[in-house]
Amino acid sequence: MNALMTPTRRGLLAGAASFGLALELIAVPAIAADADLARRKVIVVICRGGMDGLSVAPPVGDSEYRGLRGALALNDAALPLDGTFGLHPALTSVHALAQAGEARIAPAIATPDRARSHFEAQDVLETGAAGVYSAASGWLNRAVEALSTHRKIDALSVGATAPLILRGKVQTASWSPGRTVDAEARLPTLLQDLYRNDPLLGPALARGLATEVMAQAATADMAAQPAAMTGPAPTAGGAQALRQGRDAARALGVSLAGFMREPNGPQVAAISLDGFDSHANQAGLLNQRLAYMDGALDGLHAGLGPEWKNTVVLVATEFGRTARVNGTAGTDHGTASTALVLGGALKKGGIVGDWPTLKQNALFENRDLAPTLDMRGLFKGVLAEHMGVDRAVLESKVFPDSAAAKPVLGLV
Amino acid sequence: MTLADQDLRAAIAATRFGLGAKPGEIAEARRDPQGWLREQIRREGADQPAGGETSAQRLGEFREYQQEQRTARLQQTSMAATDANAGADGQPAAMPARDPVKVVGNMLRQDIGRDFSARTQLAVTTEAAFRERWANFWANHFTVSATKVITGTIVGPFESEAIRPHVFGRFADLLGAVESHPAMLTYLDQVQSIGPNSQAAEYLKTGGPRGFGAASLQQVANRSAGLNENLAREILELHTVGIGGGYTQGDVTEFARAMTGLSIGGPRDPASAAGTAVFHARAHEPGERMVMGVRYRAGGDDQAGAILADLAAKPATARFVCAKIARHFVADEPSPALVDRLEAAWTSSKGDLAKVAEALIAAPEAWAPTQAKFKTPYEFIVSSYRAAGAQPTDFQRIAPILTALGQKPFSAPSPKGWPEDAQSWAAPDAIVKRMQFAQAFSGAAVRDRDPKTLAADALGARLTPDTAKAVARAESRAEGFALLLMSPEFQRR
Repeated sequence: MNALMTPTRRGLLAGAASFGLALELIAVPAIAADADLARRKVIVVICRGGMDGLSVAPPVGDSEYRGLRGALALNDAALPLDGTFGLHPALTSVHALAQAGEARIAPAIATPDRARSHFEAQDVLETGAAGVYSAASGWLNRAVEALSTHRKIDALSVGATAPLILRGKVQTASWSPGRTVDAEARLPTLLQDLYRNDPLLGPALARGLATEVMAQAATADMAAQPAAMTGPAPTAGGAQALRQGRDAARALGVSLAGFMREPNGPQVAAISLDGFDSHANQAGLLNQRLAYMDGALDGLHAGLGPEWKNTVVLVATEFGRTARVNGTAGTDHGTASTALVLGGALKKGGIVGDWPTLKQNALFENRDLAPTLDMRGLFKGVLAEHMGVDRAVLESKVFPDSAAAKPVLGLV
Repeated sequence: MTLADQDLRAAIAATRFGLGAKPGEIAEARRDPQGWLREQIRREGADQPAGGETSAQRLGEFREYQQEQRTARLQQTSMAATDANAGADGQPAAMPARDPVKVVGNMLRQDIGRDFSARTQLAVTTEAAFRERWANFWANHFTVSATKVITGTIVGPFESEAIRPHVFGRFADLLGAVESHPAMLTYLDQVQSIGPNSQAAEYLKTGGPRGFGAASLQQVANRSAGLNENLAREILELHTVGIGGGYTQGDVTEFARAMTGLSIGGPRDPASAAGTAVFHARAHEPGERMVMGVRYRAGGDDQAGAILADLAAKPATARFVCAKIARHFVADEPSPALVDRLEAAWTSSKGDLAKVAEALIAAPEAWAPTQAKFKTPYEFIVSSYRAAGAQPTDFQRIAPILTALGQKPFSAPSPKGWPEDAQSWAAPDAIVKRMQFAQAFSGAAVRDRDPKTLAADALGARLTPDTAKAVARAESRAEGFALLLMSPEFQRR
């Protein structure tokens, strides 16, 4: 059993003590830099369904905005960011972080995909490929693979199923709230033996049990676990259910942060939020979903505590939505959307990328907000400067065929 | 054929084509495994789960619920305005003792639970498990999901009304039934889609319904009326020709225009139409339409019907759907030869799904010994109950398990449905949670039976020496049964 578990804190300290002297003598600067890098964390939040960027960061100062969005325009309700942009009123925690210089928006960002299909666009977002079906693994997994040649690094996804972004060669952990398991009990031990030649179940069970051990430490101070956040909209007591949903999302954020603060905890994590496909009655739907998102981000910020300064959180969606309201008080599949970049590691600054404006001749295919920034450029910049992924590997392995998407530098 | 082959084919028939063997099932299939499967195909379609409330009845309940909600909101508003003693958190201090919204909300949730229970009961007990798996495949192909509350109340009736009667009939008929069913119309927002140049849109633009004194001009303006292209896009992308099927954004919009008017009966329709699919000619976009290079003349609901019929007949549809059948039944990456066989059967029979099912049973690739499919959580739970010869009696027991395993009842995350591949379901956390289920389930389910016998009954010739040994060496009956359920060969099919 012990071989399967991540090293204990005591084991690690013992190891460090036995090597300490030699290391100090030969490589102090390198160790300092490595130790710094080893604390860096990146969390990717995928908002599935096509999140409406014009609602996340409404361009209230753009002269076309009110006309295009009609009743859906947020106008005075938006939380002010600068002369052009505000934030959705549900994003109170994000707004507080933005005021502190720890959250920025990329208001016109897109993947290279233009098909407006959820599934194709999510695949492209997660594989990091230039087109659909040209890669079978996720870019975050390949980034972990690249980093693991230099240092011990671990990745975790939240949820019972593994998202494509973290699938690939490197075995990663997954976790979702639930009952705890005794990894030393007979059944897990017998199963590990039964799975010894099973390439799928063997590593998965070992990994799952190791994560369970960590979960018991990471979530020890948490009370009730959150209910599913992806279920039906609340059926009774709107305001109360909304608060409960936000609290549950926040608790999930705190849990994930707890994992990342553990000794030998993951430095890379992915989490999905569902339900952003707002074809009808968008205002109510986004009020709820963005409140959940804000809760999750607030939970990460609070839970990471002193580690927040070593963290970058990326919030992205597969595509934005039509600039105009459709016939059912919603919006249809579009192109560019807003990404959020958050974390204590961020440098202060304005919007990331350019604003194309909402003028009719600036719209993509006279329908959608036009992209000015390739999503891969944002990801590459953060991986290179924050996580220390080698630039050449970034271009050749993590984001192949992405030369046109220049890394966004200077964010951290 | 050697005896060993016959034993293996019997096990494959029950576990890969079926839903996992019940005690005695493999022995029964052994006489003629292919014939045993073929006999399960029948024109009248799949079996019907117990229950039988219709979509119309359920939508009636839902409307009542919405009215209660509206009344409650109005009451709250007037209380908040008049009651200075509102609670500190801004909520009204007093709530009705029996909140009618909650009562009806609970009723709706119970409906969903009962439907899912009945469907699981059927899957666990049926003697014709291939027939049920075939129906489950089509229900997932044409996903509607309880992630939208109004749709959730009729996911069960949708399967009974639109899917099950047609799964061994013509694909075109299945497609027609599915795309005009209230569950699909609400799930993919078709009910609200209105032709931008239709009479209904003109009416709303010029002031909307008169006599509604309370509606301000702003409210009328907010109720913008027009096109919603969600259903049109997903029919093309997910239900028929598939993403590479050769359509453009323009085709999506044209198809959406053609479908305007398709909705469900509301307060202004005759009582007999309440909660059923209707065509509102006044909301239909006038004019002819051009979809994927074909011109469709102006008309009523026949316009969308003609487009659907053409989509059903397209070779791209045959290819896309047959590949999906092969992926579901045989392997995440099925051999092209298998897909070719299914496609040939589809094409020569003009989309007769009984013929496609027969071709699947006859295909040698479908009988390969390698277990290439990892069970979804639902398949795992159903096959566990079948192996135990037990019945799930309580939705409250299976729903939390499926939710923890990532497959919340009737709640696929998107119109694409549940994923089918091992990568999606074999995440570390999911395996640990399967183990927890097996541990909790086996204690009560094994009763006083010998887990060695249960293992032989559940897996037949697929039981490996390693698993047989582990089961035999278990320190309790329950542990032995849990090991069987978690064995590599039981987790796959």
